[in-house]
Amino acid sequence: MTYIRPKFRHPELPKNKLGYTINYYEGALSTLCAGCGHDSISAGIVQAAYEMNIQPHKLAKLSGIGCSSKTPAYFLSNSHGFNSVHGRMPSVATGANMANRDLIYFGVSGDGDSASIGMGQFVHVVRRNLNMVYIVMNNGCYGLTKGQDSATADRGSKNKSGNTNLFQAIDLASLAIELGATFVAQSFSGDKTQLVPLIKAAMNHPGFAFINVISPCVTFNNNVGSTKSYDFVREHIEATSTMDFVPEMSEIKTNYEQGTNKMVKLHDGTFLELHKLSEDWDPLNRLSAMNAVHNARVKNEILTGLLFLDPDSEDLHAMIETSHIPLNTLTEKELCPGPDILKAINADLR
Amino acid sequence: MSLKEKKINDFVVRFANVNGTGSASANYLFCKAIFRMGIPVTPKNIFPSNIQGLPTWYEVRVSEKGYLGRREGIDLMVAVNPQSFAADVASVRSGGYFLYDNSKKLHAEYVREDIHYIGMPLMEMCNEAFTDPRQRQLFKNIIYVGALSALLNIDFSVYESLLHEQFKGKEKLIEPNIKALQMGVDYVQKNFKYPLEFYVEKRDLIGDNIMIDGNSACGLGAIYAGATVAAWYPITPSTSVVEAFMDYADEYRTDKVTGKRNVAIIQAEDELAAIGMVIGANWNGARAFTATSGPGLSLMNEFLGLAYFAEIPTVLIDVQRSGPSTGMPTRTQQSDVLEAAYASHGDTKHVLLFPSTPKECFEMTSDAFDLAEQLQTPVILMTDLDLGMNDHVSKPFEWDVNKEYKRGKVLSAKQLEKMEKFGRYLDTDGDGITYRTYPGTHPSKGSFFTRGTSRDEYAVYTESSDAYKRNMDRLIRKWETTKEYVNAPDLYQTKNQSKIGLLFFGTSQFSSEEAMDIMKTQNILVDAIRIKAFPFNRDVEDFINEHDQIFVIEQNRDAQLKSLLMIELGVNADKLFSVLNYDGMPITADHITSQITSQLSLPKN
Repeated sequence: MTYIRPKFRHPELPKNKLGYTINYYEGALSTLCAGCGHDSISAGIVQAAYEMNIQPHKLAKLSGIGCSSKTPAYFLSNSHGFNSVHGRMPSVATGANMANRDLIYFGVSGDGDSASIGMGQFVHVVRRNLNMVYIVMNNGCYGLTKGQDSATADRGSKNKSGNTNLFQAIDLASLAIELGATFVAQSFSGDKTQLVPLIKAAMNHPGFAFINVISPCVTFNNNVGSTKSYDFVREHIEATSTMDFVPEMSEIKTNYEQGTNKMVKLHDGTFLELHKLSEDWDPLNRLSAMNAVHNARVKNEILTGLLFLDPDSEDLHAMIETSHIPLNTLTEKELCPGPDILKAINADLR
Repeated sequence: MSLKEKKINDFVVRFANVNGTGSASANYLFCKAIFRMGIPVTPKNIFPSNIQGLPTWYEVRVSEKGYLGRREGIDLMVAVNPQSFAADVASVRSGGYFLYDNSKKLHAEYVREDIHYIGMPLMEMCNEAFTDPRQRQLFKNIIYVGALSALLNIDFSVYESLLHEQFKGKEKLIEPNIKALQMGVDYVQKNFKYPLEFYVEKRDLIGDNIMIDGNSACGLGAIYAGATVAAWYPITPSTSVVEAFMDYADEYRTDKVTGKRNVAIIQAEDELAAIGMVIGANWNGARAFTATSGPGLSLMNEFLGLAYFAEIPTVLIDVQRSGPSTGMPTRTQQSDVLEAAYASHGDTKHVLLFPSTPKECFEMTSDAFDLAEQLQTPVILMTDLDLGMNDHVSKPFEWDVNKEYKRGKVLSAKQLEKMEKFGRYLDTDGDGITYRTYPGTHPSKGSFFTRGTSRDEYAVYTESSDAYKRNMDRLIRKWETTKEYVNAPDLYQTKNQSKIGLLFFGTSQFSSEEAMDIMKTQNILVDAIRIKAFPFNRDVEDFINEHDQIFVIEQNRDAQLKSLLMIELGVNADKLFSVLNYDGMPITADHITSQITSQLSLPKN
């Protein structure tokens, strides 16, 4: 069931530039388990959209199947949503994006949805650098079918039934970097301070912006021995940086030590301000990013924050040179060559 | 029929070549020349699933009477491929001709007493006249095409003008081609009696008809219908649909100055993704389509179920080939009918259109977009390899200058503004078709959640049995409405004249029409109907009710259309008789006639 959230809110809630309060960005009441990491991510999405002054109807939210894929119902109720089929959201998002390049496309998927049944589509949407945000709410298990291991479950990790996972985990973040993704980040559902600016930067990125968010499953994968539990993640988390998304270049606040800050200029003049915590890592260098992720894995750490960014990203529309006018607004007038040309075509076929 | 009797404009020539040797363009030159001489002609390309080195055939039927179906019985075999000599010799009708390269002596086992042999030293002639090895290979084909000019009385100047058109901008290629053609003519004139007893004579039977393959016509239809998104995965025999669409898009959808394109064509990673993209684009208000064949259709089942249930327009062109599984990928069949009609799990039904000619491929592709958007459901254009990949003489394409795209029930921001509450699945008009909105239309009204799960009239998820059933029943109401929208069948008579009816669709049309003529000479009078769409509308039901014995002609083993008639119309199986062809070759009139006459003699019970 989907429950409608009560509309009542404090009358003096602050408004964003569009005049909307944060509740305008909320969705239906979540039906996920109490304490589910996914709900924290939904809240992060709501906050990011509110702070970014997004017109909700200019954003389309898409998902596949699974617990994570239910979440688009729980944020941005004034946006069109599309809960597609299992593992196939990337293709639906690709078609939607081709039809109208002017909307923001926000994809939500899970580890089963992206790393197993949808691996093919995930890989190819990365290749095409489709302009979209792609969040994987990664809990290492199949929650909706009661806790089977997923392909991102770490080898040796124990599930709730006490069984040890025998197989290598698929690391979606390093895979995305390897495949040529132009924005790759990793985060933790319990770290909203880090997650919100990442989502903002992802929405602003002109290309495929991937955020792999470790999001513990409180019901089926939060046990001792699991490497996707709240406790384990908190103990093993290591951030590349803290960051702010700076929409307008007015003032830079630097409360950090000199030399650890990095301003990354984005395509549209906005900035990402990174307060680097990790020394041997350059977010604009793919090799460095891969090394950082790999080194963290060797040390049994989960590296979070922005991992890699290509500020020169060129999205699919740019690559295939589609018109700047959204294709779904074109009519007979622009699209149909008309009867005279048809006569000439007929003549050539005689 | 006596062999000495002259037969004008009525024969079959088959070319036996090795694929990848440039024979296709030479053979096409021959076929197009006959078309240019005003004579109905039907080429069939019988090719392997291979790029180079395997046997390939090109069969050309010339028919003054305008019969465009295939015909058995080869009058002249042009055998350039020793690999297939045995089969090629065997397939010539008694009294027919076998033209071959006698640069090497013909093996005794290929000699038949009852056919004529025309030996030409093609290889030697080529080696003598040309030095470049590739030219030696290519012009071997052109020499035999030249020889046919003399043997079959083809106007040499027609060849010349075709070559001038073909090599516009590459004029230096014209001269060696003409030289090779002339070598063929000269050799025949010097060594054989010509023309043969069957040959062509100029006519004016083509009129303003055109010659094109169905796939190109579909691609062009999609351009005219305003498709802006195409997503596809390469598969024989549908690949050339999207390739044609690309070519036409380069021409008609690309800004000549900026290079910007009013089209997005995505080669997907597989058919699953291809149909997913099409659904995503249509959901977002663009006209989008994909083209595939049987194996791709199997993969697309899941998404077709989503599009049916979530009610998203979807256009799919299925160029059918011989199944099951990989089957015979380069042979034709009409064997996806049931799979397409009921694609996906759960209770689903899909709209199918059955074109017969390139002109119908063009028009029905356009119809498919209108229907998909009006009915908010998948529409599958059921063409086949024969129609899609072979050239056909067709009526010219037409487009009404005032034609507007029928975009269906889509609410604008203004309409939404006036509404109290928008219900995506609310049947306000009672026809089962509800109103949709495109994302981005209105800031606070019109958004909804599209899903493949059960939901209520306001698109809110529900597991209520009542709401689920209401929705499923409305979908059936929509299906009933669909019958009024889809293309009506072609009836061959204004008034019934027989208790026997023929029922056929798609590429069985030509041979079925020819079979009716043959049966007329045997005093068997029949009525006929050609079905153009599923669901079947009233006319189809009436036709079946008004006849005692219906012959359902189709190109598959399991009588799939017959099953569909029984399932959907509740037709008594006793009155339906099947005429089937499923060897991968296009059905012939003789085949139809013999199957009908043999079943006619059966006592009815």
